[in-house]
Amino acid sequence: MRITQGQFSFLPDLTDEEITMQVQYALDQGWIVAIEHTTDPHPRNAYWDMWGQPMFDLADAAGVMMELGDCRQANPNSYIKILAFDSNKGFESIRMSFLVNRPAEEPGFELVRAEAAGRQLNYTIRSYATAQPAETRYR
Amino acid sequence: MNTLEDAKITDMKARYKPGVLKYRQMGYWVPDYEIKETDVLAVFRITPQDGVDPEEAAAAVAGESSTATWTVVWTDRLTDCEYYRAKAYRVDPVPGQPGQYFAYIAYDLDLFEEGSIANLTASIIGNVFGFKPLKALRLEDMRIPVAYMKTFQGPATGIIVERERLNNYGRPLLGATMKPKLGLSGRNYGRVVYEALRGGLDFTKDDENINSQPFMHWRDRFLYCMEGVNKASAETGEIKGTYLNVTAGTMEEMYERAEFAKALGSTIIMIDLVIGYTAIQSMAKWARRNDMILHLHRAGHSTYTRQKSHGVSFRVIAKWMRMAGVDHIHAGTVVGKLEGDPAVIRGIYDTCREPVTRANLAHGLFFDQEWASLKKLMPVASGGIHAGQMHQLLTYLGDDVVLQFGGGTIGHPMGIQAGATANRVALECMIKARNEGRDIWNEGPEILAAAAKWCTPLRAALDTWKDVTFDYASTDSVDYAPTPTMA
Repeated sequence: MRITQGQFSFLPDLTDEEITMQVQYALDQGWIVAIEHTTDPHPRNAYWDMWGQPMFDLADAAGVMMELGDCRQANPNSYIKILAFDSNKGFESIRMSFLVNRPAEEPGFELVRAEAAGRQLNYTIRSYATAQPAETRYR
Repeated sequence: MNTLEDAKITDMKARYKPGVLKYRQMGYWVPDYEIKETDVLAVFRITPQDGVDPEEAAAAVAGESSTATWTVVWTDRLTDCEYYRAKAYRVDPVPGQPGQYFAYIAYDLDLFEEGSIANLTASIIGNVFGFKPLKALRLEDMRIPVAYMKTFQGPATGIIVERERLNNYGRPLLGATMKPKLGLSGRNYGRVVYEALRGGLDFTKDDENINSQPFMHWRDRFLYCMEGVNKASAETGEIKGTYLNVTAGTMEEMYERAEFAKALGSTIIMIDLVIGYTAIQSMAKWARRNDMILHLHRAGHSTYTRQKSHGVSFRVIAKWMRMAGVDHIHAGTVVGKLEGDPAVIRGIYDTCREPVTRANLAHGLFFDQEWASLKKLMPVASGGIHAGQMHQLLTYLGDDVVLQFGGGTIGHPMGIQAGATANRVALECMIKARNEGRDIWNEGPEILAAAAKWCTPLRAALDTWKDVTFDYASTDSVDYAPTPTMA
């Protein structure tokens, strides 16, 4: 299953040239670009592993693309996303987020229904991948 | 016109002689008034009856919306009445509208109870709207001083936190209102929710009049809707939501429904404007306490916002609702089926989303408004919009908006999921193109056509709705042309 988090998951996977254009757009807005990766793409997994710190004081998308290349090489079978942070008052949060790498196989999620009183169901979404220890996922 | 007879009477014995005086004689017209930064300001469009001069009409509005009654009362003299009197300080003719005037009025902060929209509005739009010497009266805009603004909670969640909770950035959110509005059983209704979310939308929505009727009681709706939400979430890896409308006949019932929505893990609930300002504020407090996004459907507003001569401008309603503390508000689409002049809509969207809105008569904003760090209110564009308008929607409305395609999702010839996918693909390809530096306003149709080559649902959507527009003149428009600026 193809997870559809991020800004562009309904489009064909972005080429490196297209990723560069999006990164440059973020930098041109004065935003700070960061790379994060994970083997647990649960929708509420807020804290993916950071590939270093957000790249402050960077003006050229080429630098980000080099880091992305390194991150992909180290984590070829992980989810990797590019984020853009806006430090300006009124935002001070993420302004962009899109996937730039996926595992070859995406096992997706199980919807666990716990039946309770009054016809109520308590739902849990479980990543199939997390049944394996982190180091052995997507092998 | 400023005859001696009309001037404010300063001799106290004459001023408080029993009988009837003109409002301006009583002291409600103060053209040299110096505005205090703590004053609440209001601008009204007044249409005086024949023979009533505009300054007297403005003074009457100031009087009737503050301390005055129709006759002189001696009990005024037991108070510091000069201080409590609202002061009409300026009257301008409305451009191109003979017989109409903009009347500016200042109210002292002490006239209002802290944190109460009900109290604020009981004065400002209370008795005065039925006052006989005026043919018509419309509240156009207000300036709320920071000191008063700070007594309001503001949006329970706000745009920034809503996005962080939903893990959704860099594009408008997508929604759809469930149709048909009335008649579906809970099980069938949940099916529409599931299909729309599974196809690519972030939100689905109850309509304003879906509460708890014989065909579908509220618990049944909530249970089936949450099945649809969670199933779609597991199948996409995205956080989804459905606005569960908790509107009911009493506060107790609304709280009960809201608590159940919370117990089911819903991210968002919904209320209708018709529940009233105090009920809205109560639900906003509840939403803040319970980490719930609060959606407001503006049911009923067009009865008083649409006509330019009489009522309350929607930009004022939007301002009150940001203070009252809702997180979403329907605020117009420009291109859809409901009322919406582009300049008026821009003023309303700015009122919802900006940390400071500057006076801009070309957008219908009469005053600078500091929002004192009240959170941002997410505007919702809903009503007669479709994928083929994506470039226009994005240009007019920006990124921080929920685009709601009800018919434009559910009416898709290939089914609801396909309708949702068409909207999502249209949105994502347009955002991508814009970020790449393309001129989406002019190239929008070709950007959509290119995506439709590989996305059949988008192709079908564009073919089905290609010629649908709602090109009628707006009833509510701005009165001042944009001022040309020197390049």
